[in-house]
Amino acid sequence: MQIIQRRKIYYIISLIILVPSIISLMFQGLNLGIDFQGGTLLQVRVEAEETTSADVRAALHDLELGIEYNVQQSDNDFFIRTTELTQQDTEAIISGLDTALGGVELLETEMVGGIISSELARDAILALIIASVLMLLYITIRFELYFGIAAILAILHNVILVLGVFSIFQLEAGMPFIAAMLTVIGYSINDTIVVFDRIRENISMERREDTITMLNRSIMQTIVRSLNTVLTTSVVLFAVLLLGGVTLEIIAIAMLVGFIVGAYSSLFIATPLWHDLSNKFKTKRV
Amino acid sequence: MKKSTSGLLAAVLIVVLGVLVYYTYEPVIEDVNLGLDLQGGLHVVLEAQEIEGQELQEDTITKSIGILRQRVDGLGVTEPNLYPQGDDRIVIELAGVDDPEEAVNILINTAQLEFWDEDGNVLLTGEHLTDARAAMQQGYNVAEVQLTFDDKGTELFAEATAANINQPLPIAIDEEVISSPIVNSVITDGRAVITGNFTADEAQELAVLLRSGALPVSFEILQKRTVGPTLGAESLESSLIAGLVGLIAVLIFMLGYYRLPGLIANLSLVVYILIVIAVMNSIGAVLTLPGILGLVLSIGMAVDANIIIYERLREELRHGKSLKAAIEAGYKRALSTILDANITTLIAALVLMYFGTGPIQGFAVTLTIGIITSLVVVLTFTRALLYLSGNISQNKKLYGV
Repeated sequence: MQIIQRRKIYYIISLIILVPSIISLMFQGLNLGIDFQGGTLLQVRVEAEETTSADVRAALHDLELGIEYNVQQSDNDFFIRTTELTQQDTEAIISGLDTALGGVELLETEMVGGIISSELARDAILALIIASVLMLLYITIRFELYFGIAAILAILHNVILVLGVFSIFQLEAGMPFIAAMLTVIGYSINDTIVVFDRIRENISMERREDTITMLNRSIMQTIVRSLNTVLTTSVVLFAVLLLGGVTLEIIAIAMLVGFIVGAYSSLFIATPLWHDLSNKFKTKRV
Repeated sequence: MKKSTSGLLAAVLIVVLGVLVYYTYEPVIEDVNLGLDLQGGLHVVLEAQEIEGQELQEDTITKSIGILRQRVDGLGVTEPNLYPQGDDRIVIELAGVDDPEEAVNILINTAQLEFWDEDGNVLLTGEHLTDARAAMQQGYNVAEVQLTFDDKGTELFAEATAANINQPLPIAIDEEVISSPIVNSVITDGRAVITGNFTADEAQELAVLLRSGALPVSFEILQKRTVGPTLGAESLESSLIAGLVGLIAVLIFMLGYYRLPGLIANLSLVVYILIVIAVMNSIGAVLTLPGILGLVLSIGMAVDANIIIYERLREELRHGKSLKAAIEAGYKRALSTILDANITTLIAALVLMYFGTGPIQGFAVTLTIGIITSLVVVLTFTRALLYLSGNISQNKKLYGV
């Protein structure tokens, strides 16, 4: 297969999906969870079948607590998101809904204060940066700088795409999402390294072939492994997505998108990028 | 090694393994510490509020933790987790609480008990209590809380009752009057009773609060997560089913695609999962919902390590190497790739473990344990089985070529 020769096609494909992601991130932003914005999330189960979120909203309105809220429904479970609530307000909501809707069970509450949310956001960003730098360092030591740069560019590509999906569909980005994001980064590196490892090995064999043939061969040698690994992890993630309940849904979506994009980018983006990078800078030195 | 001895060895190994898995499975699973999101519970971060007259002292947080611990014990929670964070924060984690919201209410109550005179002057405080017990009033269906004072308290209470004969003596908790009995006579035995309008449960709660004493400062909730037992049980069930379905799919795929090595991978995977759970139990790690995801991911990494080896093995076989040589070369060449791939992910996991909080930490812990265990299993168990299988059969078809 002539993957390296056709690299411009892959660059263009990536650009075509990157551009809407970036536009959405710039204009729509992310739907930040309460972890990063502060606020309260209540999950209640209403006994009466056929209760709608309009009913819940009406019941909340009648309580006259003077708070803003957003109600989402999943079967008989309702997710109520509001500003930071005191214990008294939380209790008032639960008992108020219980009376108005005839039997309500409180499944989960989550309250994050303003101070904590900015601390969490800071820690999350810090963790992302430190992890990326350390991984780049490791690859540079184990391989060489151009491998590291190509790997980081490919990862950036994957991160923007996953962020883009979350921005376009306005999926909630909270703490679990950050964990998923970091996994995507770790996994993308993992994927890229398997290919680069093969390239390094093929370089050292010093066969009589040009670089492009060698790179194509390296990709073909690792492509089955990439496909099989994506297949097995996707199967597990699909199971989590379909059966794992609401809480794990968001993480599973992030990972699924990230893993598939990660496998693609390590073969069709990272390797051609390394080729272009090392060509451009190394030939000048000679 | 001769073929027959190797075959025998493999058979014995598989039988021993089966027996081992069968007998260790139950105790290992039973020992798992479930996080609050899988069995219900609460996670609260409290911050001390400094106001005039209630400044933070060096030991305020330690004292408060002691008091909160007593309250938690009163709730009957096993293995509570309370610890300070920074200078003025306390983190409380309780798993297995039936009504976590109510528990939060009990915890953040300052519970400052005061006896007032008619003008609102404080005559006696909860500081002088030695005991508080809930009881049912004899002959009536009314709950009460019986108080016992220390020597100083007994003295003060005698003075207070003496000065207020035939007058009300309001009893207030956190500045809210809960009972206002009329004093009939001077009480010198250091005993008092609070009868208010409360149920037996409320009396019990109040007794716990008073017994543990008042918090030296009031606290505000910075962050709170409570999960009811219903949701916890549902999350546990759905995530286990999802994990199991995913795992079975992977096992079938590996066996179908890689044949004999696939079988080895599957055996390794079962051993791997048991070891991870056993390690988590032995270091007292808690399994949370994100933790399960970390586990799932590390299973993916473990499978990936096997796939890398077998793809390499197939390649060597296609180059016409003998099975034994191919196994040796395939394993060796795959190893550096596996190491590099796992170490980079390990870096990410360790950073997360250090900087992450709550759910992220749970995820990072299982991922870290998972990656290390996966490497150990691949280096020992998988390798041994693979070399052994090379001795048993030279049939390349078993290797999918």
